[in-house]
Amino acid sequence: MKKATGTVFRYGDNVDTDVIIPARYLNSSDPAELATHCMEDIDKDFIHKVKTGDIIVADKNFGCGSSREHAPIAIKAAGVSCVIAETFARIFYRNAINIGLPIIECPEASKGIEAGDEVEVDFDTGIITNKTKGTQFKGQAFPPFMQKIIAAGGLVNYINEK
Amino acid sequence: MGMTMTQKILAAHAGLEKVEAGQLIEAQLDLVLGNDITSPVAIKEMDKMNVDGVFDKDKIALVPDHFVPNKDIKSAEHCKCVREFARRNEITNYFEVGEMGIEHALLPEKGLTVAGDVVIGADSHTCTYGALGAFSTGVGSTDMAAGMATGKAWFKVPAAIKFNLTGKPSRWVSGKDVILHIIGMIGVDGALYKSMEFVGDGVANLSMDDRFTIANMAIEAGGKNGIFPVDEKAIAYMQEHSTKPYTIYEADSDAVYDAEYTIDLSALRPTIAFPHLPENTKTIDEITKDVAIDQVVIGSCTNGRLDDMRIAAEILKGRHVAKGIRCIVIPATQKIYMQAMEEGLLKIFIEAGAIVSTPTCGPCLGGYMGVLAEGERCVSTTNRNFVGRMGHVKSEVYLASPAVAAASAITGKISSPEQLD
Repeated sequence: MKKATGTVFRYGDNVDTDVIIPARYLNSSDPAELATHCMEDIDKDFIHKVKTGDIIVADKNFGCGSSREHAPIAIKAAGVSCVIAETFARIFYRNAINIGLPIIECPEASKGIEAGDEVEVDFDTGIITNKTKGTQFKGQAFPPFMQKIIAAGGLVNYINEK
Repeated sequence: MGMTMTQKILAAHAGLEKVEAGQLIEAQLDLVLGNDITSPVAIKEMDKMNVDGVFDKDKIALVPDHFVPNKDIKSAEHCKCVREFARRNEITNYFEVGEMGIEHALLPEKGLTVAGDVVIGADSHTCTYGALGAFSTGVGSTDMAAGMATGKAWFKVPAAIKFNLTGKPSRWVSGKDVILHIIGMIGVDGALYKSMEFVGDGVANLSMDDRFTIANMAIEAGGKNGIFPVDEKAIAYMQEHSTKPYTIYEADSDAVYDAEYTIDLSALRPTIAFPHLPENTKTIDEITKDVAIDQVVIGSCTNGRLDDMRIAAEILKGRHVAKGIRCIVIPATQKIYMQAMEEGLLKIFIEAGAIVSTPTCGPCLGGYMGVLAEGERCVSTTNRNFVGRMGHVKSEVYLASPAVAAASAITGKISSPEQLD
């Protein structure tokens, strides 16, 4: 899998799907349109500042709340290459894997990364490098089954390949 | 080492003698659910799959309920997409406006979910059916698509937390107070990835509607599912509503739990979750300063059932909503609406100055039918009070039982029924 490299946007605990993509925009399912409202209720500047490849780092329970796949879809369509968190809410975790948005759980990385840091994630090894601070962390690698889904580009392709 | 109730259901559906926490399995599905927000995304994904159609037209339920009756043109297009998919695939359980209801109230009422089932739904509150002793959990649209196409889903077998309920709740304490108390105690990620298994002699003192409310909000503690043992009340409910065969699974006596809690239901007090997380709970006695409100919502997949309507009506009867307060009552299904009408509850609501709406999820997620303006506060019987959940980012949602919501509508501030008169 290709490495992710980018500048970090940093958030705290319990970033819920209502702030990732508010329900008032769920009358659309178009990824590009959803992306224009990504993180709107928690960080109005996000969508104006985010560049392709950038990385979101958060603390506990990222993506809690609704099952809306629109949340990881909006993040992916905004150009984000990876989300690192201490923990993820379980439906968000599944959804991210199923749509091919790379995510990685790593409490140490969450603590050791600040907004604006340049970070690189190697998914094959699980190594997260904070290039700004010169530090490294070992994230939890996906079980082989999930790696296959991500490598296929999501669950749909995985099923088609089977 | 024994299995929990959830693990036994999953093992049976994976064709395995035994499973343990952390194991990845593929399970057969008894029902796949979607609504008007999540299904269009699933349908788009299914179109990309090399499949001929759905795995079983009787085992899919499509319930447009979030933004129906269509709130705008885009929502209308989504509903049209779901309707046409249902027609094309001859989906038996597609529920149009006029026969629908809020999905998690509707499916048990229609007898589509019973004990022992494995159910996935592209809606986080799919965990509701654990009240009947089913394993049910929320997933996203792609999982729903794969489920509709193959009749299977992958799961990581969850570990469990046991909640031993004892005693009998007091007069104005209901299932909502029980689950808010639990979320307040363990936090919004207190059951992350885990089953919440509710057991103990106190379960017998909870109505089925109480149990649906409790299981419904398992997700608000991060839980994968919430589940109750199948007792006489659950069997009576299924016999009344369903013709589907059911299977009763019981946890082994040596099942392993990550944690165990004992909760004395008789000691619980009306409980309210303050903004902006369901874990920010206070009992009514801990609220020392008046919290003035602008709106009350009584409804949703959490608290729009007949018990909820009856409690709200009991409190609103002969009283009036405070001047300047909007009180919105939403029976969760057409059947509940009809029963509320026949029992005279709707008349009580209207005479009290509340409005009564057709079934919809609308206000719970800030969609329509009660969106909040900047600075407004709402006491709501719904399930989430995140920033901006019901409208403006600077609005506030206080989660409470129908009893507290109805009493608050009368006083214009957060109140318990005990504080009236």
